[in-house]
Order: sequence, then structure tokens, then C-alpha cells
Amino acid sequence: MANPLYQKHIISISDLSREELELVVHTAAELKRHPRNDLLKDRVVASCFFEASTRTRLSFETAVQRLGGSVIGFADAGNTSLAKKGETLADSVRIITSYVDAYVMRHPRDGAARLAAECSTKPVINAGDGANQHPTQTLLDLFTLHETQGRLDGLKVAFVGDLKYGRTVHSLVQALSLFGCRFYFIAPPALALPDYLYEELDERHIEYSDHEDIEEVVPELDILYMTRVQKERFEETEFHQVKSRFVLTADTLAHARPNLRVLHPLPRVDEIEIGVDQTPYAYYFQQAENGVYARQALLALVLNETL
Amino acid sequence: MEHKLTVEALKDGTVIDHIPAGQGRRIAKLLRLSESGQRVYMGFNLPSQRSGKKDLIKVENILLSAEDANQLALYAPDATVNVIENFEVVAKHKLGVPESIAGVLVCPNSNCISHVEPVTSHFSVRSRHGEIRLKCKYCEKAYAKEVFTGLS
Repeated sequence: MANPLYQKHIISISDLSREELELVVHTAAELKRHPRNDLLKDRVVASCFFEASTRTRLSFETAVQRLGGSVIGFADAGNTSLAKKGETLADSVRIITSYVDAYVMRHPRDGAARLAAECSTKPVINAGDGANQHPTQTLLDLFTLHETQGRLDGLKVAFVGDLKYGRTVHSLVQALSLFGCRFYFIAPPALALPDYLYEELDERHIEYSDHEDIEEVVPELDILYMTRVQKERFEETEFHQVKSRFVLTADTLAHARPNLRVLHPLPRVDEIEIGVDQTPYAYYFQQAENGVYARQALLALVLNETL
Repeated sequence: MEHKLTVEALKDGTVIDHIPAGQGRRIAKLLRLSESGQRVYMGFNLPSQRSGKKDLIKVENILLSAEDANQLALYAPDATVNVIENFEVVAKHKLGVPESIAGVLVCPNSNCISHVEPVTSHFSVRSRHGEIRLKCKYCEKAYAKEVFTGLS
């Protein structure tokens, strides 16, 4: 029987069922334990980045090559026919997808990935469309949560920092709500989680609470998910006040449970002090590495009927 | 002497009555009546006992389905839709919330791909606690109907 992701577009995390998310997580774990260099043999994958994204692009391209496939594409749109000759994205996608077996795209416009999927006869994998979705970040986060905790069900997860604009947080909250996790939201009021997400959590009867301070919830947590508070969202003096309250130090973790792991989608600036790197709780660099395994898993499932 | 402006009775077609004054043009656009090639009569600011003023649309040879009629619910929830065949009213549609609206509304999100590519806009419609929200198929953002100012 074909796996449920075979030849499927991966556009939005909300398109994936709990079973499909688990399939990716387990496949990623398997590929991390037992690397395979044959799953994309003789396959060509387009890696089209209409805006720069170093980590996402390099981890996708690494994933393709580790599985024995090859990559075509570009790292920024400046030199393409879209920019130079005014070609529509729809036409570009039609042509490029006729060359390849799968199409990975990052684009600055919200909804570009859905449009690409409509124009493509090959699977489209969204590597980020504007402020909208970045499903492979969520998949690597889920894989990392499972890897560090041995499960996804019923985890106690805190999100810290910019919960308003961070699409990473939004998608992960939505995905983890399928697993009955308990959430702690720690953000300045100006960067609180959007109302629609609170409404979704209420509809699903998910337990959550809002906090102003990291330290007070640390002893309860399995996962502390940090994000960057961007300077441009605040006045200068306000920013310094806000920033100091949402910075993680090694001292803040004094009463953490031994299984606690600190994650961050990176790049970090100064919201996690360097001292945290040396604690057993820091896991953000391994999380970034897991991006390759999660993307390998997704590509392998999308391009192979059975593994 | 009473002056009366009359429009000939429809043999086959649809009469949309009790449209709030000012919404008639939007509804004609929503239903793409002018592109239909059929004869369309529109009345703006007609006297109405119920609401003072109303708009009214008659369109020949187009028999609106219940789902077509539901498209009106967003802007004219109290409109009546009478389908006429051979001068007889054969159906009166009660308006409900449509499942989706395609090709008429412009996404309020200025960064949505639908603004720069040759695509048909598409919104799924959801009613929650009596409030209607429209979610763009492309950018996945949901908006209250009042936010929509533009028609494509």
C-alpha cells in the first residue's frame, strides 16, 4: 500500500493528519539511525528560493543529496526570468516542474506555495511562503520533540518571545494540539499569540495558560521553545525592558526537570545567553541538524510509494 | 396622475428583492450577472415598506440555485430570491451561508500572492458564534466580511 504522503503536495501543516505527522517523525528517526543513499536515486529535485534562507535551503539540498538525488535551482530570484523578464510565478512553476520530480520553493508572498501546487503536476514542498507557512520547520520541531522526549502526546511545552508574528510558533501549536499537549505562553502583551489560535485551542479543549515570566513555569516543562523578539516591533526603551524579561540564562533553568530541552528555530541573537549552550538542556543546534533528517523523511515519503 | 416605472414581467429568470439599498451593484458583480449575456434589470433606492429603500435585480433566463443564492447572504441576508419559470414562481430560496466564494472578492492581505498572479480568488466561509469569517485559499488568512472593500 502506498504511503499516504506519496506524490502529495506539502503546503500547510494543517493539511497533514496526526498519522501523517507521525509517519514523517518516525521516518526521520529511521533515516537518522540508518542512513539511506538510494531513496532518491535518479531523481532530480528543484530547489527554488525566491528569497534567501541559508539554513532551510542548505538543509533541503543536503537532504536530497544524502538520499542519492540531485538538485537544480537557485538561491535568490534576482537572476531568474521572473525578475528579469516579468514571467509569472505560475508559468515558472509549470516549466520548472516539468523538468523535475519534486519542487521545493521558498517565496516572499503569502500563498505562493498553494499557487505553485495548483500549477504543478509534481509534488510541491513549501519551504516557506511569506509570513504564512513553513511546514518543514514544524516537522523538524516535531521530530526533535519526539527524539528528546520519546513521545509527542501530552507534552508540556512553553513558547517564549514573539508569539504574534512567529509562524513557527503558530504551526507548532496547531500541530501539537493534535497530540493533546499542554501549552504555556510567555510573551509581552504586544506580541501575544493571535486570537484565532486561542480560539482553535478552546475548540479542541486544549489546556493552556499565559505568563509574564519564564522562571515560574520552568519546573513544569518538558520543552522550552524560545523565539526572537524583533527590535523593530518596539520603541527603543520599551524594547530593552521587554528584551531583558524574555532572555534565557542558565540560572533561569536552575529548577528544570532533567528531561527539559530548550529549542529555538534560530537564528538567535541574544535571547538565549551563550551560557545556556553548555547546559544539558540546550538542544537548538541538534534541532537545526534534525532539519536535514526531517526533510529527508519528507522527500523520501513524497517520492517513494513504499520505503 | 401617478407615474409608475414598470419593468416587464419575467417569463423565465430570477428576481432578487429586498436587497439593502447600496448593495445591488455588489450583488450583481458577485453573481457576475453582467457577464452572463442575459438581460438584467436593476433598481436602486426603490421604496420599501420594510426598510425605507431597497435595491432589486431581475435577470432573465438564469435560474439561481440555492448555493448561488447563498452567495448573497453575506451582503443581503434578508433578500428574497424567487426563481420564475413560465411566469410562475417555482422556487423561493431561503438564504444560508455559502461554503465558498470564488473569483469576486479581493484578499485584504496586501502580501497575498493572489494580488500579483493571474489567479481566481477563493475564500472558504465559516460562521462562528454568528460571525462570518472568510479564509483565503492562498494566504490562509481569515477575515470578517466587513474587511473586504474590493471586488476583483
